[in-house]
Amino acid sequence: MERRTIFPGTAFPIFLVLPQLLLTVVFFLWPAGQAIWSSMTRADPFGIRTQFVGWENFQDLFTDPLYMDSIGRTVVFCTSVATLSMGVALLLAVCADREIRGRGWYRIMLIWPYAVAPAVAAVLWILLLHPQIGLVGRALNRHGVAWDYKLNSTQAMAVVIGASAWKQVSYNFIFFLAGLQSVPKAVIEAARMDGAKGWFRFRTVVLPLLMPTVFFLIVVNFVYAAFDTFGTIQALTQGGPGKSTETLVVKVFRDGLINLDVGGSSAQSVVLMFGVIMLTALQFRFLGKKSDE
Amino acid sequence: MRNRVDWPAHVVLVLGVALFVLPLWLVFAGSTQDPAAIARGELSLIPRLEGFGVFASILRDGSPGTGPVWRMLLVSGAMAVSIAFGKIVISILSAYAVTFFRFPFRKAAFWTIFITLMLPIEVRIVPTYEVMSDLHLINTFPGLTIPLIASATATLLFRQTFLVIPDELVEAARIDGAGPWRFLKDILIPVSSSNLAALFVILFVYGWNQYLWPLLVATTPQLDTIVIGIVKMIGTETQTEWNRVMATALLAMLPPVAVVILMQRWFVRGLTDGEK
Amino acid sequence: MHRRTLLTGAAALASVPATSWAQPAKTKIVFWHAMTGANGDEINRIARDFNASQSSVELEAIFKGSYPETLTAAIAAWRAGQAPHIAQVYEVGTGSMLAAGPAVKQVWQLAQETGLKIDPATYLPAVRGYYSLADGHMASMPFNSSTGVMWYNKDAFETAGLDPEKPPVTWAEFAAAARALKEKWAVPTNAKAAGPEVMATTTSWFAWIQLEEFSAIHNLPFASKADGFEGLDTELKFNSAAHAKQLQMLLDLAKDGAFKYTGRDNTPDPVFYSGQAGIGFGSSAGRADIVRNAKFKWAAAMLPYDPAVSTQPNNTIIGGASLWTMTSKTRTPEEYKAVGQFLQFIAQPENDALYHQHTGYVPVTSGGFEASKKQGYYDKTPGADIAIQSLTRGTVTENSRGLRLGRLPEIRNIVYEEVEKALQGQQSAQTALDSAVQRGNRVLREFEKSVRT
Repeated sequence: MERRTIFPGTAFPIFLVLPQLLLTVVFFLWPAGQAIWSSMTRADPFGIRTQFVGWENFQDLFTDPLYMDSIGRTVVFCTSVATLSMGVALLLAVCADREIRGRGWYRIMLIWPYAVAPAVAAVLWILLLHPQIGLVGRALNRHGVAWDYKLNSTQAMAVVIGASAWKQVSYNFIFFLAGLQSVPKAVIEAARMDGAKGWFRFRTVVLPLLMPTVFFLIVVNFVYAAFDTFGTIQALTQGGPGKSTETLVVKVFRDGLINLDVGGSSAQSVVLMFGVIMLTALQFRFLGKKSDE
Repeated sequence: MRNRVDWPAHVVLVLGVALFVLPLWLVFAGSTQDPAAIARGELSLIPRLEGFGVFASILRDGSPGTGPVWRMLLVSGAMAVSIAFGKIVISILSAYAVTFFRFPFRKAAFWTIFITLMLPIEVRIVPTYEVMSDLHLINTFPGLTIPLIASATATLLFRQTFLVIPDELVEAARIDGAGPWRFLKDILIPVSSSNLAALFVILFVYGWNQYLWPLLVATTPQLDTIVIGIVKMIGTETQTEWNRVMATALLAMLPPVAVVILMQRWFVRGLTDGEK
Repeated sequence: MHRRTLLTGAAALASVPATSWAQPAKTKIVFWHAMTGANGDEINRIARDFNASQSSVELEAIFKGSYPETLTAAIAAWRAGQAPHIAQVYEVGTGSMLAAGPAVKQVWQLAQETGLKIDPATYLPAVRGYYSLADGHMASMPFNSSTGVMWYNKDAFETAGLDPEKPPVTWAEFAAAARALKEKWAVPTNAKAAGPEVMATTTSWFAWIQLEEFSAIHNLPFASKADGFEGLDTELKFNSAAHAKQLQMLLDLAKDGAFKYTGRDNTPDPVFYSGQAGIGFGSSAGRADIVRNAKFKWAAAMLPYDPAVSTQPNNTIIGGASLWTMTSKTRTPEEYKAVGQFLQFIAQPENDALYHQHTGYVPVTSGGFEASKKQGYYDKTPGADIAIQSLTRGTVTENSRGLRLGRLPEIRNIVYEEVEKALQGQQSAQTALDSAVQRGNRVLREFEKSVRT
């Protein structure tokens, strides 16, 4: 992963990397350090009285069965969102990669939702799915389906998974399409000659070549599901009914921004930060390995 | 190859397109309707012709509680473009430095950038606000954009691209007497142009859709972005002009969608290049 | 030496015209609020009127997101030394603000320092109580206040054979009405006409209306230590037999399909005004939405009470928000004085009345109420005074002046979670309340520790 050819000089590259480094230190490292410090304190929201409590906030977190439930729920949620959005995207990408009429048009129609703001998407889902005022929600109830995600935990989970996955399908689609296009046509042709058919050909020839993309997207989708779905969940279910759709990020936002629990929410941020670093390391290792090849 | 129509593929794709277009259509149809009917949940899928005036009206006057939509679009546009350009510039420079040079603390600098890869702004919002205020950037356009420019994702992508540039190309440039600056300008940037385009799309969309940070850091209505405008329009304990909200949502979607569609070709290719 | 004095003198002279001959420099003050839509416009209207009413102060009103977002922004700004002069904070944030010590200047302190004249007696006791200290000193300035009311669909009442002019007064009557609505109105044939899904009854703000208001009306403590007014070591008390009976009644009605839970906070509001519920409990501030959207005859009534618990129903407590004066190292006495001027301005009867009539909120002063009466507002808009009647019923007791609990938004959330579990049949009413009290007490202890040095 190292380049053999390099340019000489020391001052110039430092000058080049300085702006990025400066921003990183000021806007990432320093706040992250603050978060770590706060996670070991108990403070009022205004920061007037701060006392050092060591690991107490972490102890509280990990002895709280509700927090442990939340971790499990988040894993289920992230896995479902990633599986659903990647599955749908892969299916669409495989179809759009075929030699069919109107494929350019199809592609455009499948890529644009990438640009929809989460705040807008949230409003959309309420107008569609709300059991009483949503278009689809009302239709379901009218046709005898007891649709009520405000009081049905399973439906609530399905709603937030569906809404979150929807937003991510385009992104995955773009990457899968790019990945499929880089599969050499000769390989597929060769497989066809060998008599490999449809699904079998896809599974044994195309999918292995697509695995780098799949791994990359798994990480991206997990990070997306873990962090960027707060707005969607908050707008649709606010984590309810009960705690059935409260993921870790919903909890950290609630505790930090609504409940104003500085120490507790910082401890949760630190836990999340470690999660992200691990995911990042995973992604980095994987990307690094790939460029070795 | 085959002349037969590939029905299964068409069916799947049409279903996929419908999944995305129907909600959009709902917003479009809703924007032309009577706000009270929408509030009652009587949303019709047929647009009302006489309701189209709402677009001109929000562009000019906005909605109760907000400024005109054209200005918010402008702020969002300026913010998204600044963020995209800023990120690209600083990332390309730092990626160049860490891949083509050896300097002290190179590894440290590199890891410093990467370890913070995805820490979302929401988690670090209060300390970041304090820094901005120390720098007197609250309520200014730079304050809106600079903290969002700091990100490692773009650096990572550029680094991946730079790593696969053949050594022969670099050697040739050096033999031609090209200095590091010229190499960057004349060879590296043109070679990675499709990545640039792809990144621009991703970053533009990212910048356009920001909500929490602009809300916190910008306090004058002149700096309201369109996403904040939409949230302002949704009334709490007061009537919401749903048709205006939907029309604004639609207009808010247009620029990023246009960027995505117009740059679609480079977008997909840029990602393919980065992937390899 | 001499020359120098002359020079400075000349300089001083030269600078005089700029400041005193031209317009005197205005004191600028900033007001952060959380009002959207038409209510946001109303704030801008007030700012304009205030700026036009005098020449020394210029007020700038700025929207900072939802209530929690505004509070977070104000806290972040204060920590950075950039707090706004005035911040609008929702009623459930009062406990946190009172613990903010040097970050805020309470109204009585502001009055003392600036000579501002604010007489607590002019405010409705139920409004004043929420924002005052236990000793009666006012801490923040009442602003947009509402209270829980019962909206009912008169057309539905008629169909169900109920008297539309006689809404239920007790919870037993409510339960009977709910069952009647379920039997005779919320039936499939009517459903087609009224909308796809019709339910007998529903409620917004479950935690506020069905538990907090219930406690106030029946003079039951929601929490010990006078609902938290008399100490941070307060403990939640809303798991009494009376509370459990009330929740059990709602659970029973829900089981029979005569009551339906449709979400947290005010998200159920549209269910009533879209004509899908015969009775919908909600905030009195939702009136504007109902006026605009409802296509049926409706009216408001006070929240029911349970004579078995208390024969003398008390006042309800308020919801909404108040205005807090915030501090900053660089703030001058002139600025505080300017804040005082603004607070005095909005408290004037005619301004209070105007705000009340333009929005769905109640007048916070008796002067505002009288002025509205004199202007014939309640004759023109019958029922608009239900909220005021409800707030002024009986005498304010330590159980009905409001809640002084830290991290109340979190406690409400816990209530929602436990009640939702009970409504799904996962636990009984008593278990739900016990568990909410237990979890809520943990939050209170955590808050107590955090604000104590």
